[in-house]
Amino acid sequence: MSASPLTEAKGVQSTFTTAPWRERAEEALIPPLVALLVALICGDLLILSYGQSPAAVYRMLLEGTWGNAYGFGQVLYKATTLAFTGLAVSFGLRAGLFNIGGESQLAAGGFGAALIGLALPAGTPLILALLVCMIAAGFAGGVVGAVPAYLKTRFGAHEVIVTIMLNFIVLALLNWFIAGHLHVPETLHTPEIHAGVLPRLADIDSRFHGSAANLALIVAVLVAIAVWFYLFRARGGYELRAVGLQPQAAEYGGINVNRVWMRALTFSGVIAGMGGINYVLGYKHYYEDGFASGAGFLGIAVALVGRNHPFGVIIAAFFFATLSQGGLAIHAFVPKQMMDVLQGVVIIAVATAVPEVRRLLRGARGRSDA
Amino acid sequence: MTSSAAPKSASVVPAIRMDGIDKSFGAIRANRGASVEVMPGEIHALVGENGAGKSTLMRILGGLMKPDAGHVEVNGRDVTGWSTNEAIAAGIGIVHQHFMLVPTLSVAENLVLGAEPKTRGIVLDYKHAADDVRKLSNETGLVIAPERLISDLSVGEAQRVEILKVLFRGARILVLDEPTAVLSPPEVRELWAVLRRLRDKGDTIVLITHRLDEVVEISNTITVMRAGQTVARVNTSETTPAEIARLMVGREVSLSAGKRVQPSGRPTGPQPDKGLEARNLIVVGSRGIRVIDGVSFSVRPGEILGIAGVEGNGQTELIEALAGLRPVFAGEILIDGTDITRRSVAQRHDAGLSHIPEDRQRRGLILEYTVANNLILGVQKHFSSRGIIDSTRVMENAMQEISSFDIRPPNPVLAARALSGGNQQKVVVAREMGREFSVLLASQPTRGVDVGAIEFIHQQLLDARAQGKAILLVSAELNEVLALSDQVAVMYRGKFAVVMPAAEASEEVLGEYMIGTKKGNAA
Repeated sequence: MSASPLTEAKGVQSTFTTAPWRERAEEALIPPLVALLVALICGDLLILSYGQSPAAVYRMLLEGTWGNAYGFGQVLYKATTLAFTGLAVSFGLRAGLFNIGGESQLAAGGFGAALIGLALPAGTPLILALLVCMIAAGFAGGVVGAVPAYLKTRFGAHEVIVTIMLNFIVLALLNWFIAGHLHVPETLHTPEIHAGVLPRLADIDSRFHGSAANLALIVAVLVAIAVWFYLFRARGGYELRAVGLQPQAAEYGGINVNRVWMRALTFSGVIAGMGGINYVLGYKHYYEDGFASGAGFLGIAVALVGRNHPFGVIIAAFFFATLSQGGLAIHAFVPKQMMDVLQGVVIIAVATAVPEVRRLLRGARGRSDA
Repeated sequence: MTSSAAPKSASVVPAIRMDGIDKSFGAIRANRGASVEVMPGEIHALVGENGAGKSTLMRILGGLMKPDAGHVEVNGRDVTGWSTNEAIAAGIGIVHQHFMLVPTLSVAENLVLGAEPKTRGIVLDYKHAADDVRKLSNETGLVIAPERLISDLSVGEAQRVEILKVLFRGARILVLDEPTAVLSPPEVRELWAVLRRLRDKGDTIVLITHRLDEVVEISNTITVMRAGQTVARVNTSETTPAEIARLMVGREVSLSAGKRVQPSGRPTGPQPDKGLEARNLIVVGSRGIRVIDGVSFSVRPGEILGIAGVEGNGQTELIEALAGLRPVFAGEILIDGTDITRRSVAQRHDAGLSHIPEDRQRRGLILEYTVANNLILGVQKHFSSRGIIDSTRVMENAMQEISSFDIRPPNPVLAARALSGGNQQKVVVAREMGREFSVLLASQPTRGVDVGAIEFIHQQLLDARAQGKAILLVSAELNEVLALSDQVAVMYRGKFAVVMPAAEASEEVLGEYMIGTKKGNAA
């Protein structure tokens, strides 16, 4: 949902904003909830088909995820990466661009962070090291994002094709580099970084002991806030959304559409790349081949379910992380692949139910152009 | 409801009778007890301002919507709440404002789409289809070669195909939604001939329009709608355009803009460097054709140059080239003496160019954006500091423009999509005329806008002229061009066929240049 930056202007707020705000809230919340309901019903059927009780399995799922600090920590860890990739996809979509390259941008970001972490001397002050590593992650992701952006604006190559193809190229290049030059023998990962290790939540609250959750979580939330501010408060965001909604009107309004596309896709890559810090700086402290393992692609679903709104994306990331971690928790009862199926159901339900429900909502109060 | 003309006679069953129709969309009531009655074999005009509920009423007739209350009768049969298929089967044919044809298929293929004749049930029999089309074409006077591709047709021809399409499916009751909006005067005359012929052979025709001259010329009876209600049903022979306009708007309106009052602020001496100038402009289109082929003109401060012409003769491309939305192949464009030929849209804004685009929904507005946000499109730079948009100023600006341009509903945070066409246009006009500019490109500024808003927009243009702005006006409405302009040019096949003082021009003269029967003096 595009919440207008103008609705909070002083003076007119009381007169005009009540109704649109309520409508916006309804449009933002009701469709995903309907989709969730559909997914739950499908989940029930799946569980029943395994001869298990849905109630017992869902209880198990909740206990294994939100019910204890370790499980919750794992959910937070997984949500962090998904938040980055989801924000990346939604940022591109706001400009009308579909970035399917989250997977390779995330991997490149992690690789960039690891390279700098290895290059820095061991005694580098933490803040400085973190900052440099994060910039490296964002830069690496941004380079991968800038390639399709350039090809689109210069030659008109479709970004979907280019980002998909780049996934293969970039991941293969990284694999070659790790396997050929930088791995610890018998593994497919780099040595541990010397500097730039992000504190884990367990270091702050010992109940999270053993979980991978770390302060990259805070970075994700800060990035979400920054994205929100840019989209809905800054002139650049006004122009970016204008391009996404109606490129011809944006062009008419003196906005350089190609420049906005270049910026949007590059920064989409930057955001996805920064997601690499969660694994590399926060969890394993090295780059490992294939660590992204689908988080880049799942970011598309996260953006979709989060309605392309930065805060919606955070909620959706948390939701998908819960499903993913929950799959492990219920493994004893039903195969954890059931959660993959359920994820798929949620995505399809959102893709179909959201437009349909919105249409119904609009129909109920819409207007005619008669 | 002032019903000054009772339906003809009680013994004849009306072709269409809609009574007490209510239709709401949320809080908006599009129809409130609206009624319409059309006798068989007559041409009935359904008139009213934008948002008066005309299209909603006809959509209900066509089965596209179901009424909340009221009755619909066709040929005496109660058909309230029927489906589109039932409506088509009963002989209702709606010709939409926007063509619904497949451009890559031929005329015949488009006509038989969905009901293709087949030999032995498999192979499509297009020869048979073409014969059918030719036969219908001859019967109705809607002459068109069945094998031509839709993409090769002119707008007028495409519309003929649209009408043929509904007739082909057996329609005896035709509803035409703003059929002349895109036609040139000769094409309009052809359309009238066809409609009269259809009427004479017994078909019933409903014409949705807000062009009063057309109403008077072609219709037998008129239903006037205002704010979802039927306010009058009159016989055309017993009324005048002024009377219809008064019924539509609910007050007196002047039908022609009163330019001939000389503007007070008009500069006295000649200012050869000021205003807009084009020198030998050439623009090349997608297939390497010169869509603008050597056009030169100048518009001085305090002057309106009106460009008439049948659509598709380069007017769109000319405006886009001037606005910076289309590359210029050769030639120069100058604003106040400065060459802006290679400058970006934003730089042209800064040089003093303002632009009311012909297509407000595609170009002029971002429909999902609020009215307030739309009112800063193109000037967003001036409403932000250090890259942050100043929402307080945006909102103040919106409140001010909404009140001075009477944009309704007066809600700055409503999405532009929710506004009627006329009010959307007011948003564009408010934005483009509300900022600093010296040259204005006004392309179809009153298209699809109701009478009251037309009057208002005309006044705005004349005020701007009086303030010494240079205005280039492109309009499909000849009387608009004639009433507002100081100089009139006609575009024909990418060139100016003629440039003459408006005082010496008439619709007849311009019409001949428009269709190319008269070749002109201009480059």
